[in-house]
Amino acid sequence: MSRKIYTILSLLLVAAFALSACGAKATQAPAQPAATEAPAQPAATEAPAQPAATEAMKPVTITWWHISTQDDQKAFLQSKADEYMSMHPNVTIEITVLENEAFKSKLATVMQSGEPPDIFHSWGGGVLNEYAKAGLLRNVNPELDADGGAWRNTFGAGALGVYAYQGTNYGVPNDMGAVGFWYNKELFAKAGIENTPTTWTELLDAVKKLKAANITPIAIGEGDKWPGHFWWGYLSTRICGGAVFGAATSGTGSFTEPCFVEAGAKLQELNALTPFQDGFLSAVYNDEGAAMGNGKAAMELMGQWAPVVEKDNSEDKNGIGDKLAWFPFPMVEGGAGGPADAYGGGGGFALGKNAPDEAVDFVKFLSSVDSQIAMAKLGMVLPVVKGAEAGLTDPFLLTVQKAAAAAPFFQLYLDQALPPAVGSVVNDNVQGILAGTVTPEQAAQAINDSAVQEMK
Amino acid sequence: MQSLPAIPDVLKLKRGTGSPRRFQDNLTIVLFLLPAVLIFFVFVVYPIFQSMYYSLFNWKGLGPAVDFVGLENFKKILTDKPFLTAVRNGLSLIGFALILQLPLSLLLAVLVGRKLPGRVFFRTIFFMPYVFSEVISALVWLFLYNPDPERGFLNAILVLFPGGHAQLWLADTKLVVPAIFIALTWKYFGFHMLLFMTGLQNIPEEIEEAGRIDGANSFQNFFYITLPLLSGTIRTAVYLSILGSIQQFIMVWIMTKGGPVNASETLATYMYRFGFIRFQLGYGSAVAIYMFVICLIFSLIYQGLTRQPDHLSGL
Repeated sequence: MSRKIYTILSLLLVAAFALSACGAKATQAPAQPAATEAPAQPAATEAPAQPAATEAMKPVTITWWHISTQDDQKAFLQSKADEYMSMHPNVTIEITVLENEAFKSKLATVMQSGEPPDIFHSWGGGVLNEYAKAGLLRNVNPELDADGGAWRNTFGAGALGVYAYQGTNYGVPNDMGAVGFWYNKELFAKAGIENTPTTWTELLDAVKKLKAANITPIAIGEGDKWPGHFWWGYLSTRICGGAVFGAATSGTGSFTEPCFVEAGAKLQELNALTPFQDGFLSAVYNDEGAAMGNGKAAMELMGQWAPVVEKDNSEDKNGIGDKLAWFPFPMVEGGAGGPADAYGGGGGFALGKNAPDEAVDFVKFLSSVDSQIAMAKLGMVLPVVKGAEAGLTDPFLLTVQKAAAAAPFFQLYLDQALPPAVGSVVNDNVQGILAGTVTPEQAAQAINDSAVQEMK
Repeated sequence: MQSLPAIPDVLKLKRGTGSPRRFQDNLTIVLFLLPAVLIFFVFVVYPIFQSMYYSLFNWKGLGPAVDFVGLENFKKILTDKPFLTAVRNGLSLIGFALILQLPLSLLLAVLVGRKLPGRVFFRTIFFMPYVFSEVISALVWLFLYNPDPERGFLNAILVLFPGGHAQLWLADTKLVVPAIFIALTWKYFGFHMLLFMTGLQNIPEEIEEAGRIDGANSFQNFFYITLPLLSGTIRTAVYLSILGSIQQFIMVWIMTKGGPVNASETLATYMYRFGFIRFQLGYGSAVAIYMFVICLIFSLIYQGLTRQPDHLSGL
């Protein structure tokens, strides 16, 4: 017995040493200005090209974490990796597929240990900035700007900026869209709603009509908190307008501006109608998708991935099919924001500090027009590469894509745009407003206190 | 007479080689303990001191800690409402566990300890939840507690009764802690039952038999003989139960994430929220230190209070 324990302990010790050895090796790796040198010698003769080729044949392993858990998407990403590996036999791509919430926790842990994966999913913004500040990411500007900015110019500028900190890109976008209302046309018709709401008052009316028709107006997975923050964030976008909102998120303004309090008050006004499904405070986002996908709720305020998640969580895996439609967040009477201003975001690929050149090259491969068209066809992304809109067959998704691309003021999701602590405070306080334990004033104050502390 | 001279010889032999041999024995012990001690220091003792250090900083976990704030974190925690909720929930869980969970476990232990038909079957059934992983147990209870009567088992049954209303369970800030407690009881009573069963088996049958011969009924037998003889086991069960309640994390995190609006926060979920959701690792470390101190003080007091001889040790 004690021998067994001894063996286990020795193994643990060996493992500990092995792990620390890994750490040492990995920290040596980032010294590789090769990325900038490589494109500098295209005119070289065959002779110097020879060692470069043999060097390229050195076995390289790329670790990649993504969060596309749906079967067809997972299979597609795997097929892209396989395709790349067959083109580059020396490259091995190790994919780790993680569920959304699990991904966030796991990434946080490896980031704190200073060992990011080579390629990982990111929503850009404040979270990515924190990692950039700590030197955990790889600069991809050289690759973006190579050949006169050939790669850079394939992207829309706004989307690319989400993955940049102080002018340096540490990743590239893959998907960008606006949050909006996904609704069930049949249930709207049943409640006698002829036109989709264009103002906040009309939205409240629609909710009342749906309630009167005994239909759950809105599905929300508020146990996860972020679905609720879309409401407060979009209301703030509409009421505060780009100038005030932008000042608050950049630290020059304040979240205690009356418009942020009013956003909370409007949310309270909506909540007073009890528009959400029973038990929404403990429901998770998948429950929200299930409620919509099974035709149990009339609408949800959600991003571009909603149709896929609804299908995936519905009983027959088909969702509500062509009964699903989309309308933008309504205008708020007296608000400073324009009707085309958008609140949204999307996923992208960020590169860890130890990412080899091949990892960047693979990301480039993933963000080619062909690849983006294929992903768009799968309903996986709203493309960010010019020309890939061709892959969007769904007219609503095309609308959402345009809404994001053409917005005069585009606000990235608050829980991503702000430092993690502030984003989390936003989410917690919006849940408080919906649970009736926090007043709009308290919410705005708490968010501001946290922002002041984190962005000083 | 022949054996007598042999005795001083043996003593002499023992005395002569005693100390180097004892040294060798001790060396063996030290060598065997060394890996465990090393690991204990690296993975337990060192992190505790590290937490103490970080708790004095405002630190996001990336790069070195530089923003020294002294005891600011500790002060802030004490005025934070969710922390106080977490402490209150910890106390409720302890109360529930002592009043309901342990007596229930003891009752079942006595029942399945008897020679009744099907006792092996029930013993297995009762112990099974403890064998399941926490994640699976939490998910099972999530399904049971689903507020939609068409999907949640408990509500489906509730609405069958006349006048029965579907409950929100985990979404109800008042019901959430009792609801979690039921899930925790289901998960852990098997463990305490097993402890009590072991304790019961250690009680010699003769004592209870003697009691019966002297005319004690089974009620008296239980309260005046079995229970006192079980006091050592009960002390252990209470101790483990209280520490488990203070540190409860996995089931709560999966079922509610401490919500809705912090209603089911425990000290551990509170710590996790600040450490790994908000990345305020200094603050999170300070919470961990509070937890550590609470558990330490409790352990010391508990040991002091319950340091009485085990009735069975004399037997």
